[in-house]
Amino acid sequence: MSFFNEENEAIARDIVGRYPVARSALIPLLHLAQEQEGWITKPAMEQIAELTNTTSVEVLGTGTFYEMFKFHPVGRYLIKVCTNISCQLSGADELLEHVKTSLGVEEGSITEDELFTFEEAECVAACTEAPCFTVNYRYFHRATKELFDEVVVDLRAGESPLSKGSADDQGVMPEHGTLSRVRQQIPKSRCAGIKHPEEIKGPPNWIEESV
Amino acid sequence: MNESSLQAGYVKHAPGFVENKGPKLITSRFKHTDSFTLEKYLSTDGYEGLRSALNLSPSQVHDEVREASLLGRGGAGFPAGIKWGFPPEGVWPRYLVVNGDESEIGTYKDRLLMERDPHQLIEGVLIACYALGLSQAFLYVRGEMALAQERIAIALDEAYKAGYIGKNVLDTKFSVDVVMHWGAGAYIVGEETALIESLEGKRGMPRLKPPYFPAAIGLYGKPTIVNNVETLSNLPWIINNGASAYKEFGSESSPGTRMFAISGHVKRPGVYEVEHGVTTFRELFYGDNFCGGIRDDNELKMFIPGGGSAPWFFKEQLDLPLEASAVGAAGSMLGSGAIVVMDETTDAVKACLSVVRFFARESCGKCSPCREGTTWEEKILQRILNGDGRPSDIDLLLDIGDNISPGPYPAASYPDEGLEAVPFPPKQTTICPLGPSSVAPIVSAIRRFRSEFESLITRRDPIPLSLDVEEVAT
Ligand SMILES: Cc1cc2nc3c(=O)[nH]c(=O)nc-3n(C[C@H](O)[C@H](O)[C@H](O)COP(=O)(O)O)c2cc1C
Ligand code: SF4
Ligand code: FES
Repeated sequence: MSFFNEENEAIARDIVGRYPVARSALIPLLHLAQEQEGWITKPAMEQIAELTNTTSVEVLGTGTFYEMFKFHPVGRYLIKVCTNISCQLSGADELLEHVKTSLGVEEGSITEDELFTFEEAECVAACTEAPCFTVNYRYFHRATKELFDEVVVDLRAGESPLSKGSADDQGVMPEHGTLSRVRQQIPKSRCAGIKHPEEIKGPPNWIEESV
Repeated sequence: MNESSLQAGYVKHAPGFVENKGPKLITSRFKHTDSFTLEKYLSTDGYEGLRSALNLSPSQVHDEVREASLLGRGGAGFPAGIKWGFPPEGVWPRYLVVNGDESEIGTYKDRLLMERDPHQLIEGVLIACYALGLSQAFLYVRGEMALAQERIAIALDEAYKAGYIGKNVLDTKFSVDVVMHWGAGAYIVGEETALIESLEGKRGMPRLKPPYFPAAIGLYGKPTIVNNVETLSNLPWIINNGASAYKEFGSESSPGTRMFAISGHVKRPGVYEVEHGVTTFRELFYGDNFCGGIRDDNELKMFIPGGGSAPWFFKEQLDLPLEASAVGAAGSMLGSGAIVVMDETTDAVKACLSVVRFFARESCGKCSPCREGTTWEEKILQRILNGDGRPSDIDLLLDIGDNISPGPYPAASYPDEGLEAVPFPPKQTTICPLGPSSVAPIVSAIRRFRSEFESLITRRDPIPLSLDVEEVAT
């Protein structure tokens, strides 16, 4: 039985087709599975193995190396508080403590309303805007406890808190699993042609002086 | 947001970026709210560099980049033009992998370049592919950077449709596919051979060296050029304006400009595009054009000049220029352009633990000095901080460090104690430099602030067990 719904299965095949070797699509397909289900399930890994010419054990082996993949359910909104040095110097420890007490759960577990999971994060490349946290990988810069509370209120009310976050990122807040809200599309008519490395013997035709 | 902490020129829609005085070669569009659109890009000289490149032969383009002495911005500072010459003759296909995995502590610039000016990066990618005869390029964006992925996906779509990417670029013979790839959270994947493993759908563990450069054996075993996002973002400007115009900025050994993120205890933290090789740390921290001083006018205690992996500097090093060889001789590195400033209120042991913990968590576990060593380092530092440290712990920390990185570890001079600088880089018993990086904060902190460690140590060393083996046996 297949895991991906019809639409996602087509997307998965399209993604695989962009790589010279199918296995390269493994991480993007794990993301796609997480987008569909919120976490990585066994049937998902089985179908990804099929699509990438690997085994489900290889999919698991690769997947577990990367901390964004969750092999158990998490809240609809994954909150990550950076506690690395720049953020720590600007009050990240206090912010983390506040997040923990106000959500009333331990790191990694889910709030009763199934909305939130929080984790400590490693530097998310926002160090000058410290301290910072992300919700489903959307940035909230120069964060305060009050900002965090407002974001939680918005999310509980079903509203997007993005207007309070990075001034560059507006719109709807996707659910956990969705990263980019759009996908790259390579029009067939424009594609230069993706080949397996062994099918390419010499230099491309615009390189004339080469061997 | 506390507006008083914002530098004049702080660009809100490019959070952290400060448009101050001075040349802006790669951040010139950040001030426009719509800088990431193809329309804006085209109205600000966009894709002109690619057009100029296509009027030259591939090797002429390569020569121009070599001539510009563009140094890699990912950490190692290796000249791009020279690296591009490494693929072995006659081996095809060749690939480009763009390193957009930015995750070194304190580093914040590649994310801005991807979010705010994705077309500039894509144009750089295309110029590199043309010059080197590359069959396909992969833009590896860090997994956590959702907005950057979005902006790059849209920009790639726009560029394909408009004929800048794909079959017969701008009606020439040049054809190439550029694919966005995205990671899933692992700092070590930024190391170039781990990046390639990850792109092959595997656990992101660095490969054994040699070969030292994936330019010899890389993706799918084929020659692969790995370049950082900022490095490639410089190419459109260089091709548009020429190598000699580029070298008018910066110093002879470090031409052009560079992006630096200055975070921590300064009045106005921010990301600045700075002339390479000439500006000093003092100007960056205290200058009105930059961070405007230490917060609350406190004293500077220490600073990290080039990301979490860099040995620390102190007030004696403030007048060094932001130039690789000067910083290297003084015992550290410019690394990824990440400067973290800490004032006199900072607890040196706590800061040390914070950086070490990062490496302990991010060690990929492939080699034991790093896997075991970083874990030990974290545990020992934690127990010292908890008040459970032992007098021998300080030497134990240094000893573990010596197992990961043997010999004198790079460090800044400390004139008060008569200690001279130990130049960069460190030696390593490990497969990649992550393990040795964990030693940087330890040696830096102990060398300078040993008394802070000692004052936290209240316990005695455990009494050694001296069992007489013969006696026990009988
Ligand atoms: C542990 C480790 C992490 C690294 N992380 C990054 C990174 O996030 N981004 C990056 O561009 N280079 C990173 N590098 C450096 C790359 O290995 C490589 O040198 C660089 O991408 C080459 O590009 P450049 O020559 O344009 O600088 C890292 C290196 C190590 C050892
Ligand atoms: S030094 Fe650490 S991170 Fe690098 S390969 Fe060895 S175990 Fe992995
Ligand atoms: S240290 Fe928190 S974002 Fe870099």
